[in-house]
Amino acid sequence: MKARKKVGLQSMVFSRPVAILSSAACVGPLEGAGPLQGSFDVVYPDLLIGAKSWEAAETTMIKEAVEIALGKGSLSTQSVDYLLAGDLLNQCIAANFAARDLGIPMLGLYGACSTMAESAGLGAVLIDGGFAQYTVAAASSHNATSERQYRYPTEYGGQRPPYSQHTVTAAGALLLSNGLHCQSPMPRITHFTVGKVCDLGIKDPFDMGSAMAPAAADTLLRHFADLALAADHYDLVVTGDLAYVGHAILKELLHQSNLDLGSRLNDCGLMIYDRHEQPVFAGGSGCGSSAAVLCGYLLDMLSSYTIKRLLLVGTGALLSPVTYQQGETIPCVAHAVAIEMCHDHLADEELR
Amino acid sequence: MIFLYAFLVGGAICAIGQLLIDLTPLTPAHVLTVLVVAGGVLSGLGMYGPLVEWSGAGASVPITSFGHQLVQGALQEKATAGLYGVMGGIFDLTSSGITAAIVFGFFCALIFDPKG
Repeated sequence: MKARKKVGLQSMVFSRPVAILSSAACVGPLEGAGPLQGSFDVVYPDLLIGAKSWEAAETTMIKEAVEIALGKGSLSTQSVDYLLAGDLLNQCIAANFAARDLGIPMLGLYGACSTMAESAGLGAVLIDGGFAQYTVAAASSHNATSERQYRYPTEYGGQRPPYSQHTVTAAGALLLSNGLHCQSPMPRITHFTVGKVCDLGIKDPFDMGSAMAPAAADTLLRHFADLALAADHYDLVVTGDLAYVGHAILKELLHQSNLDLGSRLNDCGLMIYDRHEQPVFAGGSGCGSSAAVLCGYLLDMLSSYTIKRLLLVGTGALLSPVTYQQGETIPCVAHAVAIEMCHDHLADEELR
Repeated sequence: MIFLYAFLVGGAICAIGQLLIDLTPLTPAHVLTVLVVAGGVLSGLGMYGPLVEWSGAGASVPITSFGHQLVQGALQEKATAGLYGVMGGIFDLTSSGITAAIVFGFFCALIFDPKG
């Protein structure tokens, strides 16, 4: 039997677009002082957030994002069927330790920096499949925990090349539901395209933008082909964390494949910081980049009708400290989630 | 004049280190090792000693001088105690530097917390 809700090779179409009832974004001080200030729910004054370690601070951050999203949706943790969450740390400790306190049935995800798109897409799948009424999708990253795990401890003071990126300290959470009886338009997840793992042979762990751009291009082209969309279908197409170097490569790759998105194409890693005023080199990276920009700024844009259709392409570099020390190249993946400001078309028909 | 020589030699060694970081995939730990080994090799060839005499701190402060002292310590001990002296002499000249690194590192770790 053919999969009813699958279109093309890698895309899913939800029969009833899944509503984003509420969202929350919690960020660190550098992100809170950037160009998107004012769109976040919480801006922490420092990176330690009153915890005794960076890892505990990240756990606090993702937990608070989930709690705020639930609070906005007037739901308790008991009402949520599943939590889908992940981060960049070994064994996804930030998300798993937060889930320990939250007590929501938990599916831990690792898609590196693509985790926000992956959790949002899978959260929508559970709802549209009839397996859940409410799901929460969340992701986080923390500059100091990532530096410790992937690069050098801060005390070491290692030099960074100018094309390197600054890991975003942020967490984002989405509360998803079928929203069947909501007549008013709200941001809804309409499509989900699952990416293939691509590897064009980049070995430098500081050059993740270049490594991830081909995966982003592959998923974007597949999404537009699967759904037979015109280049101007979306008002905004944002990638997760390609930053300055990767964004330029993606533009070139799309141009070569005759998909010119022009000024509709942007990148969360470029949006969250002012690259010229803040010490972030090529821009932001990490799960928190797409999580905070989506859960704060982008959903605000949809809700205020500044844009009507959004495509979020979460981009993840699937390296580990072990693989790059062993000289392996960096495989990357990208997942696309389409979000549209709309109401439930089927509900209209049922009412009639 | 020795100040100029110190600036030129010390600056050249640091420039080599910076170029290794910028132009090769070597990590800072690799670069450190390369410079220590290079200092040791130059010392064994009899070239680093005259460089220290000529440029003073320009050659004795950079990490290459650590390799130089490892080799000189081993050679001195070999002259008095034979081949076994090589083993014992390696850390003769460098022991004060290594001890200082451990002691100061210990106290810094006690006093300061990294702030991210």
